[in-house]
Amino acid sequence: MSLLEIKNAKLKLDDKDILKGLSLSVSKGEVHAIMGPNGSGKSTLSYMLAGREGYELESGEVFLEGQSLSNMEADERARSGLFLAFQYPVELPGVGGMSFLREAVNSRRKFLGEEELDHLAFVKESRKVASKMFVKDEMLKRAVNVGFSGGEKKRFEILQMAMLKPKVSILDETDSGLDVDALKIVSDGVNAQRNDDNAIVVITHYQRLLDYIVPDFVHILSDGSIIKSGGPELALEVEKNGYAGLINAA
Amino acid sequence: MVATQETIDKVKEVSSTYKYGFVTDLEAEKAPLGLSEDIVKFISHKKKEPKWLLEWRLKAYKKWLSMEAPNWAMVDFPKINFQDIYYYSAPKTKPKLNSLDEVDPELLRTYEKLGIPIKEQEVLAGVAVDYVFDSVSVATTFREKLAKEGIIFCPISEAVQTHPDLVQKYIGSVIPISDNYYAALNSAVFTDGSFVYIPKGVKCPMELSTYFRINEQNSGQFERTLIIAEDDTYVSYLEGCTAPQRDENQLHAAVVELVAMNNAEIKYSTVQNWYPGDKDGNGGIYNFVTKRGNCIGKKSKISWTQVETGSAITWKYPSCVLKGDDSVGEFYSVAVANNAQQADTGTKMIHIGKNTKSTIISKGISAGKAQNTYRGQVQIQKNAKGSRNFTQCDSLLIGDKCGAHTVPYINQFTPHARVEHEATTSKISEDQLFYCLQRGLDTEQATSLIVNGFCKEVMKELPMEFAVEAQKLIGISLEGSVG
Ligand SMILES: Nc1ncnc2c1ncn2[C@@H]1O[C@H](COP(=O)(O)OP(=O)(O)OP(=O)(O)O)[C@@H](O)[C@H]1O
Ligand SMILES: [Mg+2]
Repeated sequence: MSLLEIKNAKLKLDDKDILKGLSLSVSKGEVHAIMGPNGSGKSTLSYMLAGREGYELESGEVFLEGQSLSNMEADERARSGLFLAFQYPVELPGVGGMSFLREAVNSRRKFLGEEELDHLAFVKESRKVASKMFVKDEMLKRAVNVGFSGGEKKRFEILQMAMLKPKVSILDETDSGLDVDALKIVSDGVNAQRNDDNAIVVITHYQRLLDYIVPDFVHILSDGSIIKSGGPELALEVEKNGYAGLINAA
Repeated sequence: MVATQETIDKVKEVSSTYKYGFVTDLEAEKAPLGLSEDIVKFISHKKKEPKWLLEWRLKAYKKWLSMEAPNWAMVDFPKINFQDIYYYSAPKTKPKLNSLDEVDPELLRTYEKLGIPIKEQEVLAGVAVDYVFDSVSVATTFREKLAKEGIIFCPISEAVQTHPDLVQKYIGSVIPISDNYYAALNSAVFTDGSFVYIPKGVKCPMELSTYFRINEQNSGQFERTLIIAEDDTYVSYLEGCTAPQRDENQLHAAVVELVAMNNAEIKYSTVQNWYPGDKDGNGGIYNFVTKRGNCIGKKSKISWTQVETGSAITWKYPSCVLKGDDSVGEFYSVAVANNAQQADTGTKMIHIGKNTKSTIISKGISAGKAQNTYRGQVQIQKNAKGSRNFTQCDSLLIGDKCGAHTVPYINQFTPHARVEHEATTSKISEDQLFYCLQRGLDTEQATSLIVNGFCKEVMKELPMEFAVEAQKLIGISLEGSVG
């Protein structure tokens, strides 16, 4: 059974067709990469999956571990193990990173029937994960994403992913804005979480990332649907020739 | 500061009903309905007051008769019929208490429903609590410990008997009877409240706290609080209030006077969650309060921190008169207005002495159809050279039917002073909400988190136990306003 199954998803924004019958099946233990031109609908796809208000499907259906998502709100989906690393992480002024993360982690734990972490246990756990991601404790004390550099925001997203231990993670351009060293650190962070029980979907413009996070499948998203799927070599082809050839051939 | 899981549970638990909506069945001893010279005399007589106080009350009553209710605030309500209010009511069982065991069990149950286990507070929080139940204080704790330091903390009616000289010297010295309509009314009919006196050189070893509670139907509440801090002292005073649910509007017109001598510091914190009325604006408390502190002494400091979540109408401007050179006034405020609530609140900082400093941080949160106005006056008088004020007013709007207004008045009579004013208005953005939801928080958790983040600068001024309660209240009062 697929962990994530998207069946013929169609979605309009402001009367404009954005997703035009998109299907994708992701199984346990897999890493999928989605590439595609600007405006092709990659972020829209991620919002739709995460259940953002206004991104409801017009037709088609999505299943997470066999369960339809159509009647699940964004927060339920998140607690069920769907994680989205945002292309543009949002600032929460005055909301301390630690407290935010703790509430998030405990809602997930509660859903899983695990005991909620008390303050001390949580601080220990978050320090451990943060040090792996080379995130300074000091950053966790600051307000969520406020004044973070672009790279810091992305790191903080992956740190949250590591804390939440999701089933399916969608990383929307997590590599953009990262310097070479950070790219390696973040990729290591993601790779450390790969296991036989979860799956990761990375959205990216750059083949470079896929040298670090090696995907099992690469999909080309163009104009609201997947026009071609293949292995890692497909990313190299895009890198070399751009999308035009692929789009014309489709 | 963020909402705890407890907060969230609390929010769920109360759902749409006001949690404290019950009526305690205590037989009250009431004055006849309405207001007249005889009623003023009745109150004074009941309290066995000295002649000077009766005369002072009568003077205030006459003054009040000649005054008009203020109408400049941005609040809208039907005219109050002052003849339709009981001006005195006391629980009939008026005990002389040596310990809490002697408190009327019915009363204790009421406090339990309010979530204030007295005993627990006594032991755990180390708070000396002077409960004001309707108009008469019924339980005072920790008095012995305070007495050892020479601190007086008792109902003001008691202070009138035991320390008449102090009361006579200071009552009305900060807020004269003619100050405003509601202050004049309070002066005529006040029933009880707290009295605090900190003798020279003493730092009060604990937070002093009072829970006010409006209980008797149609009984206006006219508390009077007086805090005097002599040279080189420190005191922190907490005021918390809850009221049961009612259909009629209830008037509350308290007066709080603070006096700070040389190098004295008074910190006055309020968490107010009186019944705000229902969704359509029926019922709820009218909260028309006059609070002012006199920084008489050099280097004295008065700081007001308030979290206002309740009341149908709030009309309240805790102020500082900075007379002493180098004195400091502070105002930290969170005002939440949801549904049909109207809040017109702010502060006045009157700089008279040299090098006086004031800071105003106001956070207004509006949701539903509520109107939230910040009204603040900063006055720098001619001799207040080297004085400084910094004002920051932030408004947060939840939904698009509510309003936030900022009305600053700045009167500067010397060029040798600096006044700064900053104001922002923001909304809880969909992006922020979605971000939180995507991390598994529900809408209420998310709102509470974002709102508490918005108020952080003020919340951190509150004593710890109070801050936790205040956070819960903000969560409760905004319940259902998003999503
Ligand atoms: N609210 C909206 N109303 C109408 N069109 C929208 C709306 N939001 C996004 N779009 C359009 O949907 C299309 C897909 O946008 P999306 O953000 O999903 O692209 P993307 O593939 O993530 O692009 P990029 O690589 O630049 O991040 C774009 O043409 C965009 O302008
Ligand atoms: Mg995008």
